Amino acid sequence: MSADMSGAASRANGWTVAEARDALRKGEVTAVDLTMACLTAIDAGDGLNAFVHKTPELALEQARAADARLAGGDAPAMCGIPVGVKDLFAVKGVPTQAGSNILRGFRPEYDSTVTAKLWGAGAVCLGKLNMDEFAMGSSNESSCYGPAVNPWKVDDRQLTPGGSSGGSAAAVAADLCLAALGTDTGGSIRQPAAFCGITGIKPTYGRVSRWGIVAYASSLDQAGPMTRTVRDAAIVLEAMAGHDPKDSTSAELAVPDFEAALTGDIRGKKIGIPREYRLDGMPTEIAALWDRGMDMMRDAGAEIVDISLPHTKYALPTYYVIAPAEASSNLARYDGVRYGHRAKLAQGDGITEMYEKTRAEGFGPEVQRRIMAGTYVLSAGFYDAYYNRARKVRALIKRDFELAFAAGIDAILAPATPSSAFGLGEQGGADPVEMYLNDVFTVTLNLAGLPGVAVPVGLDAKGLPLGLQLIGRPWEEADLLNHAYVLERAAGFVAKPGKWW
Amino acid sequence: MSIDSDTARKVAKLSRIRVEEGDLPELAQKLSSILGFMEQLKDVDVTGVEPMTSVTPMRLKRRADVISDGNQQAAVLKNAPDAREGFFAVPKVVE
Repeated sequence: MSADMSGAASRANGWTVAEARDALRKGEVTAVDLTMACLTAIDAGDGLNAFVHKTPELALEQARAADARLAGGDAPAMCGIPVGVKDLFAVKGVPTQAGSNILRGFRPEYDSTVTAKLWGAGAVCLGKLNMDEFAMGSSNESSCYGPAVNPWKVDDRQLTPGGSSGGSAAAVAADLCLAALGTDTGGSIRQPAAFCGITGIKPTYGRVSRWGIVAYASSLDQAGPMTRTVRDAAIVLEAMAGHDPKDSTSAELAVPDFEAALTGDIRGKKIGIPREYRLDGMPTEIAALWDRGMDMMRDAGAEIVDISLPHTKYALPTYYVIAPAEASSNLARYDGVRYGHRAKLAQGDGITEMYEKTRAEGFGPEVQRRIMAGTYVLSAGFYDAYYNRARKVRALIKRDFELAFAAGIDAILAPATPSSAFGLGEQGGADPVEMYLNDVFTVTLNLAGLPGVAVPVGLDAKGLPLGLQLIGRPWEEADLLNHAYVLERAAGFVAKPGKWW
Repeated sequence: MSIDSDTARKVAKLSRIRVEEGDLPELAQKLSSILGFMEQLKDVDVTGVEPMTSVTPMRLKRRADVISDGNQQAAVLKNAPDAREGFFAVPKVVE
């Protein structure tokens, strides 16, 4: 840290992206000082197990380049902003393991499109963030690095930060970085964001390039930012988004100025409240939070409308057919030949033994189960009964949303999670399906391809954050973020976890 | 539908994942639980519904059939567990 660094700059790791951007442009702080503040916080935050590969040298090199660029007056919004990257994104020369032992030692020779765009805009890479193995999980416990830990703590238990982007959520909530990259296949941005009291947006499928992001379920995966404010989400998303010829499903649409859309005016908008989301046995605190969210939107001049999404209850079983089916195909590439782990072979072992031993050693139990479940539903005799049926139900789930939007609904308000953060080791040990139920409110829009944002709205009786989720029309992230901005301002969530780590 | 150890062994083989005999019963039980969860889909009337193929109705773009990348042998082989003489090396495939 430079000797003349002011006291304020040493705490700059806790700034928002917008504050840091403005301070950098005014010359009130340097990118190097900002980066040093984050690197110091990261080293002091090892107890959270959020950063699993640190890149201080790369960070400082990028920060120095950002300072030169800022001095030259050519500074995009992300110039000099230190970010953390989920271990799913390829970063050139930096370990990229997707939280799996099967990719141990893999250092990509290229950057993902998203990270390349960020570095091109001057952002600073602090390192790679913990996650569930291959993004399969809702608690970060399937990671080969061991779980990331939620910075929120109310008793002697360590709590999950959620998953799969658990390290990203923990790092942003604990002020280790200003923003983090996450990905969301069934709720992996929004659920951890809600568990850690931060904001996370999953954009419309096709808004952000998937190229260079380790694939889980290709028709569902979408990357997005995890930040401390809605404004920051708008700034980072704008830098990530855009058409990419290298991803054939990326949309050829112009990227709007998301930040400029944050007017705070939602008068006359129609907010749908899906009655099927009011589950039997929903905790009263979640129901009360949802009601408060409706009041906030109503107070801002929006109209609250009761809507029906009749196929909601089939979303989770649909997801748990489609996602493992796609995963079984995507993960076939881990064969011990081109990259990552290869098992030690015994005398006489042939190539089949090499595949089988490599994959048994490299994949953890949940990943193995999903590959096998996916293989089963795609196998001869079961393809129609499971996979094709799930694709048909998926069409019905998507149609539910289309009908709601056609009836004039602008956004849908729902809880983000069925509970606040639970303790590490408390769920899914005996029955994997118990863990799957965490995605009940988030998974529907992945199936429909819609954008969704989780916003922290309050604390439960234990003192843990709870979030609400807004679901938007396809490609209308700008409008969706504006709704989230209204919710954020009305909720006034400013609580931070006490530092115990 | 319930999965027995024989089916679990077959699925593991198809997936190219070695599972020890002793671990098959637990695997079968967990897979059965997952499949039991999927069974709910049988309650949905899907008559006349076309399977969803893409999230947004977009035609996959075509590109010119030209070489756009290549000549990166060293980079391609760099992460290989066993690369020799410019190739990926694997155990003997044919006798």
